[in-house]
Amino acid sequence: MKKTRRRLDLFHVLTWVASAATVFILLWILESIFTPALPMIQRSGLGFFTSIAWNVNRDVYGALPFVIGTAMTSLIALILALPLGVFIALFLSENFLPFWIRQVIRFVVELLAAIPSVVYGLWGIAVVIPIVQQFGGVLANSLGFLPLFQGPAFGNSTLTASLVLALMVLPTITAISRTTLANLPLTLREGSYAIGATRWETIFRVLLPSAAPGIVAATILAFGRAMGETMAVAMLIGNSPRLSWSLLSPGGTLAGLLANQFGEASGLQISALMYAALALVLLTLIVNMIGEAVLRHVEKSTAGIR
Amino acid sequence: MKIPRIPYLLLSALLAQFLVPSAPAALLLQGAGATFPAPLYLRWIAEYTKTHPGVQINYQGIGSGAGIKQFTQNLVAFGASDAAMTDKEIAAVKRGVVLIPATAGSIVLAYNLPGVEDLKLSREAYVGIFLGKITKWNDPAITKTNEGVNLPNIGITACERSDGSGTNFVFTKHLSAISPDFDHQVGYGTSVTWPTGVAGKGNDGVTALIKQTPGSIGYVEYGYAVHNKLPFASLQNRAGEFVKATTASGAATLATTQFPPGLLRAWPSDPDGKDAYPISTFTWLLLYKKYDDPAVRDGVKDFVNFGLTDGQKFAEELGYIPLPKEIVDKCIEALKSVE
Repeated sequence: MKKTRRRLDLFHVLTWVASAATVFILLWILESIFTPALPMIQRSGLGFFTSIAWNVNRDVYGALPFVIGTAMTSLIALILALPLGVFIALFLSENFLPFWIRQVIRFVVELLAAIPSVVYGLWGIAVVIPIVQQFGGVLANSLGFLPLFQGPAFGNSTLTASLVLALMVLPTITAISRTTLANLPLTLREGSYAIGATRWETIFRVLLPSAAPGIVAATILAFGRAMGETMAVAMLIGNSPRLSWSLLSPGGTLAGLLANQFGEASGLQISALMYAALALVLLTLIVNMIGEAVLRHVEKSTAGIR
Repeated sequence: MKIPRIPYLLLSALLAQFLVPSAPAALLLQGAGATFPAPLYLRWIAEYTKTHPGVQINYQGIGSGAGIKQFTQNLVAFGASDAAMTDKEIAAVKRGVVLIPATAGSIVLAYNLPGVEDLKLSREAYVGIFLGKITKWNDPAITKTNEGVNLPNIGITACERSDGSGTNFVFTKHLSAISPDFDHQVGYGTSVTWPTGVAGKGNDGVTALIKQTPGSIGYVEYGYAVHNKLPFASLQNRAGEFVKATTASGAATLATTQFPPGLLRAWPSDPDGKDAYPISTFTWLLLYKKYDDPAVRDGVKDFVNFGLTDGQKFAEELGYIPLPKEIVDKCIEALKSVE
């Protein structure tokens, strides 16, 4: 085998250093969260995530309400954004309308991703909270027997935060789903029409199942984004440290907990907050890694068929 | 040899910095801490630097806790805290601490009830609201002190602080002082777990919550309520009278404060007196007992002296309570001990 001469020039060194720096920074961040979290980890271990009481002045810390709040807001945001996003993606990848209209809509959806989080929060306060206040009562009265819709309806509640969060993850789902659908080989569509399928049948029986792995990747990445979302959620969710299963009650998320309490924290509280931060970071890292892996796999598997 | 152009230009620009004569160094004093007195301190700074152009003072309202932290880490020339400093925190500062009450304010219960202009809340009522025991506005505990006022049958949303704060500390200290129930269930501190209600970040966060939620009631600093035109309730004090927060009622509370010897730190959590508004508190400036830099020390002492004397006349218009003369004298005495 011919041995290629490897030149160690400035370019190689710089690029190596840059790449190594990125990895190093990630590890450094993880370490600087892990080290202050140790006292709390040693004290509670995994019980931290199953305990309900978060009482700063009594030095009792249990993050379960916030874990549940994070999970609930993210899941509901996904449940709302997924169908919407997939349908938009379908619309953009089919030719119902002229090309230029599709381009405009695509651009607008991507603009949604560019809006700063705090602006979403302000919009939520101005628009979504009054709506939830008005219709929350109706919801509570009609579906109040379910623990999910129980109790007095608050404007600042898990539901409000979930609605705005759905809007925030919509661009992610739409963009990736659209790309996946558009990259499906033309032969797939042509073949389906050739055997006599209608457009609807093609979409739901052929295209969507083929695009499913890509859509799953989009969902996972959107989930990762939703879990980490801080500002908008903290402005809308009511920041309650009490565990509540009702969507109409105020709740709390891990990210919001950190944003609210870290500035004034001291002693064991810092350790507890760092422990929560560690959990959040690891969770979002893992979710994003899985999402990326699935996406990579999808790209590879559809690259061959053209 | 051809010199590469871009690195040459960058290097020249860098070296040129040393050739430009620098502006005369002004004395820079950095302060940080509570957000509650921030508007007043910023006014003091504006007025003081008018007559003292060689001094530049920078105050950041980052919160009492963060202020204490930065003060302990020697990152600032002076700190500010609504919750003063605990003995443990004072012990952590090697240079020693001098606490100086700089101004004072009242915490009011602002509410959102369209059509209700005057609300009188008994002790039983407002403690019950924040304990989650009283959940509707037309509860007998509230209606019996508000004859003739049409209180709607809507739910009460208690609005609280989600972040740690001196305001929280003072309000919960008061509630714990007047209600053993509250003390047992919630306790007091810069951050507590409230049994009910929604929470927002900062005084402005709570103000926003109150404004956007009909039927809500929350605790904010007097200045915020007035500035945002929020109606606030008259509270029943220890003597049984219903008092509204004003400069006079706040001053009546402050006048009852007894400081322990050697330390200007006390909380009038349940003041005596007919006219005393029950929730008023000082806010403190934190100074080191020993400054390394004499210029910084003199600058800080002079500025604080200004605040304690001329600065007090700005207090009322900004929503704070001017310090009673006896307390100002004690503060100036304490200021002398800074070396």
